[in-house]
Amino acid sequence: MITFDNVTKIYEKGQNPAIDHVSLNIEKGEFVFIVGNSGSGKTTMIELMLKELSPTSGKITINGHNLNRMRSSKIAKYRRGLGVVFQDFRLLKDRNVYENVAFAQRVIEKPNRIIKKRVPEVLTLVGLATKYRSYPSELSGGEQQRVALARALVNRPDILLADEPTGNLDPKNSAEIMELLEEINMRGTTVVVVTHNREIVNKMKKRVIRLRKGVIVSDEQEGGYIED
Amino acid sequence: MKIRSIFYNAGQGAKNIVRNKMFSLASIATMSACIFIFGVFFSIVLNFSYILRNVETNVGITVFFNEDVDQAGIDRIGSEISSQTDMVKEMRYVSADEAWASFSAKYFSGNEEAAEGWRNNNDNPLANSAHFEVYPNNIEQQDKLVSYIQGLDGVRQVNQSEQASTTLSTMNRLIATISIIIILVLLVVSAFLINNTVTVGINVRKEEIAIQKLIGATNAFVRLPFILEGILIGLIGAAIPLIIIYFVYNKAVSYILSRFSVLSSFMNGLLPVNSVYRILLPVGLILGVGIALIGSLAAIHKHLKV
Repeated sequence: MITFDNVTKIYEKGQNPAIDHVSLNIEKGEFVFIVGNSGSGKTTMIELMLKELSPTSGKITINGHNLNRMRSSKIAKYRRGLGVVFQDFRLLKDRNVYENVAFAQRVIEKPNRIIKKRVPEVLTLVGLATKYRSYPSELSGGEQQRVALARALVNRPDILLADEPTGNLDPKNSAEIMELLEEINMRGTTVVVVTHNREIVNKMKKRVIRLRKGVIVSDEQEGGYIED
Repeated sequence: MKIRSIFYNAGQGAKNIVRNKMFSLASIATMSACIFIFGVFFSIVLNFSYILRNVETNVGITVFFNEDVDQAGIDRIGSEISSQTDMVKEMRYVSADEAWASFSAKYFSGNEEAAEGWRNNNDNPLANSAHFEVYPNNIEQQDKLVSYIQGLDGVRQVNQSEQASTTLSTMNRLIATISIIIILVLLVVSAFLINNTVTVGINVRKEEIAIQKLIGATNAFVRLPFILEGILIGLIGAAIPLIIIYFVYNKAVSYILSRFSVLSSFMNGLLPVNSVYRILLPVGLILGVGIALIGSLAAIHKHLKV
């Protein structure tokens, strides 16, 4: 489902590579943590997967798409197969919960009858069905991240990419978000979580890919968080 | 792009206008000023053309003949003038008797005895006043036509209303030129202001644009609200002055006709508002929307890299 074949990314000539000859394969339905310290290349990996960046060398294939050869006009359609969640939630502050989630469907031009059906479904899944009229400023950090998750899931993506989803949350909310991600994974979505939250990585016993200075230093099934 | 997306983005464009109230108002006001001035000058130029056309049909060239020219000579001169079909719209022969009849009707009306006194034993005092009245196709060809007629054998004198025609056509050109310059300057200012408004809108919505891109919005979908915002500003900015001019026009025409009665008695008055709006309405709207579109597309091209 996600294949990196000897991928290197150098931002500027003469600089050290952010990702250095990385090869990995993530199968459909897997739950994978990508861990590492700041500057290890975690976020570059996510940006490469989102086709926000192109690799300097190597080949990336995701969901059957060869990202190296993808024309810019095809990127929008490719991204519709991905869901994405960020540390800072990135919600639209002037829209309520319902509209924030519906936004993801409007953008890909889904009809209103589908939006009216799907948005309540996904808000129920994340436990925010009763708060659909609230604005982001009226929600806690955990609730805001749930809205972001609902927005990422509403288009039923094959892959969910989460960049430090618990970075702004307390341990309780972090645990709840991770439970939600696990449930989403159980329903068949491939989940890739970039994090440096040791507790949740150790607790969940999932595959852990550890990066250091752009190089994969370990890749373990049911791994734990090992400090550098 | 689906119809529902166009409606959704039109709503987003309208929200942008409300969000950036001050910039939007400045853009709409400038566009309104621009289209207002355009409308006023356009009405003036159109009416001037109308007056000129009336002058052209009312003011002709009068061609008098040498005393020794007989009827055959007059016929020859007539056929030579009428052969200039590219310059001559219409011509009419006025005999000496008809000239006297017209003169006496004008100056001796109700005083036939005095007129008879002038005739002096049935001699026509205007015996040498047989002439052709020649009307040019348009007033700007009058000089050329006069030169041609003056070069014909047997022609004694050619009278023309040169000053009136030159003054009118010069004024028409002057007004058209000034209005084009003013309108061009205002159009550039409008495009610049709309560009600024849309740029502010893009900056305010940077976060939203980034999210849209990450969740699979096409380039067209991301750009559309800003294009529609520009079009909406252009449309409102053009509609306001066009409505104002529509209602003010008739009052302005009545005022002008009351001050310059010659216009109504001699020139068939001025154009009715509906005749002016047959052209002004579509041109004004297209101009407003077109300029707004250019302004917003320039902002999108510069600031919205999707």
